[in-house]
Amino acid sequence: MSDALIRLEGICVGFGGQTVLQDVQLSVNAGEIVTLIGPNGAGKTTLVRAVLGLLKPDSGTVWRQPKLRIGYMPQKLQVDATLPLSVLRFLRLVPGVNRPRALAALEEVGAPQVIDSPLQSISGGELQRVLLARALLREPELLVLDEPVQGVDVSGQAELYSLITRLRDRHGCGVLMVSHDLHLVMSTTDQVICLNRHVCCSGHPEQVSNDPVFVEMFGEDAKSLAVYHHRHDHGHDLHGSVVLGKPHVHGADCKHG
Amino acid sequence: MADFLLNALLAGLALALVAGPLGSFVVWRRMAYFGDTLSHAALLGVAIGLLLDVSPTLAVTLGCLLLALLLVTLQQRQPLAADTLLGILAPSTLSLGLVVLSFNHEVRIDLMGYLFGDLLAVGPTDLLWIVGGCALVLLTLLALWRPLLAITVHEQLAQVEGLPVAALRLCLVLLIALVIALAMKIVGVLLITSLLIIPAAAAQRHSRSPEQMAVTASALGVVAVCAGLSLSWFQDTPAGPSIVVAAAALFLLSLAIPKRRA
Repeated sequence: MSDALIRLEGICVGFGGQTVLQDVQLSVNAGEIVTLIGPNGAGKTTLVRAVLGLLKPDSGTVWRQPKLRIGYMPQKLQVDATLPLSVLRFLRLVPGVNRPRALAALEEVGAPQVIDSPLQSISGGELQRVLLARALLREPELLVLDEPVQGVDVSGQAELYSLITRLRDRHGCGVLMVSHDLHLVMSTTDQVICLNRHVCCSGHPEQVSNDPVFVEMFGEDAKSLAVYHHRHDHGHDLHGSVVLGKPHVHGADCKHG
Repeated sequence: MADFLLNALLAGLALALVAGPLGSFVVWRRMAYFGDTLSHAALLGVAIGLLLDVSPTLAVTLGCLLLALLLVTLQQRQPLAADTLLGILAPSTLSLGLVVLSFNHEVRIDLMGYLFGDLLAVGPTDLLWIVGGCALVLLTLLALWRPLLAITVHEQLAQVEGLPVAALRLCLVLLIALVIALAMKIVGVLLITSLLIIPAAAAQRHSRSPEQMAVTASALGVVAVCAGLSLSWFQDTPAGPSIVVAAAALFLLSLAIPKRRA
């Protein structure tokens, strides 16, 4: 674990008496892609905020590699309509960025054509690429992507996934990605963590891109997608508390009571 | 030109220049009501200043800065929506100011002057305060322009990128408080926010960058001050309201001009 960029241990967070995260562990190594999945309200965004240092956990430790440069791609960006801001000007909010560097970053994410467009006028898919470009301009060692493919269809998803993989390969950065899909994840993911207030299960996604049915369903996109099989030994009631269907056998990743 | 007119013009121009960029932030961050509350409370500062026998300018400046701090703290600590909180504080502080003033029988004050401004009564000391204060605010804005813009676009992104978001937000609030305190003499507590937001709103439609909007807003503010003062000089209208009317006219004009295609 010497090349860990970030390591969280025993993270507990509560809001107004409600437990949001309980005893969560997470670590991301250099060059590793970690995908965080889980139902709505599972605490994914809260965990990301803890990783980013935007939120201090009630207990547990967050260790970051000293001077770690994080590139963050937020879930959404809503800029007030009264603020006249071009994509270039938006990217230049990162210190030391000039037009050639901004253009290079936009070319890398495949959206150089929007450089002079007002930020509020570009499409959702273009905005996601612009946000990714801004994260890249920080020359990050760790890329944190909060639902980068939200609202994008499967073929767009596959395209973004292969782009993220290429960026990881080129920059050698670690990637922590939140996914809205519980089963379909990026095929290059090294580790999937299923979160529901605690780490439910974690593991490697199954490479199914050679499965003919899968290929038939997703066509060319199958290469960048993979299926994650959950190995839950417990269920959750409506409040999110753990309900054991059978006598509970604690697994390696199982940290709840 | 008469001395008092020159003083009025210089004070008005200094305020217009700083109101451009600062007003743009007020518009972008939707802080118009926040500014209104601060300015209403300025009258309370005047009343307390008179009661304690300290200079009203100093009392108002300190009062505005303190209230700004209080507002920021309250907004983070209590469950009421921000506009409800401001809706309580604005009329309460204004009323409290009027009540406290009424206790003071010894000094007769020109209430209208405080409510709507008394630009033509700006003396050399006032002018020094206003120009010095505006220069300070303008330089601070210039130095912090990019970080302030970054937190306006996305606070979390800015924080991840290492900007001290809370400190920057507080700084912006204090700058607004300072300008409101300085502007009270010029347009009065009831009209201050209009001078911040009307030029910025007028500049918005025709600007293609934040900087262009800020500079255009300053220029429009300068025009409004000149036009308002001329109206006041030749037609004997009240100076503060005349400036606001001129600014509003410019805003209407900006709506009439067709938008340039990018």
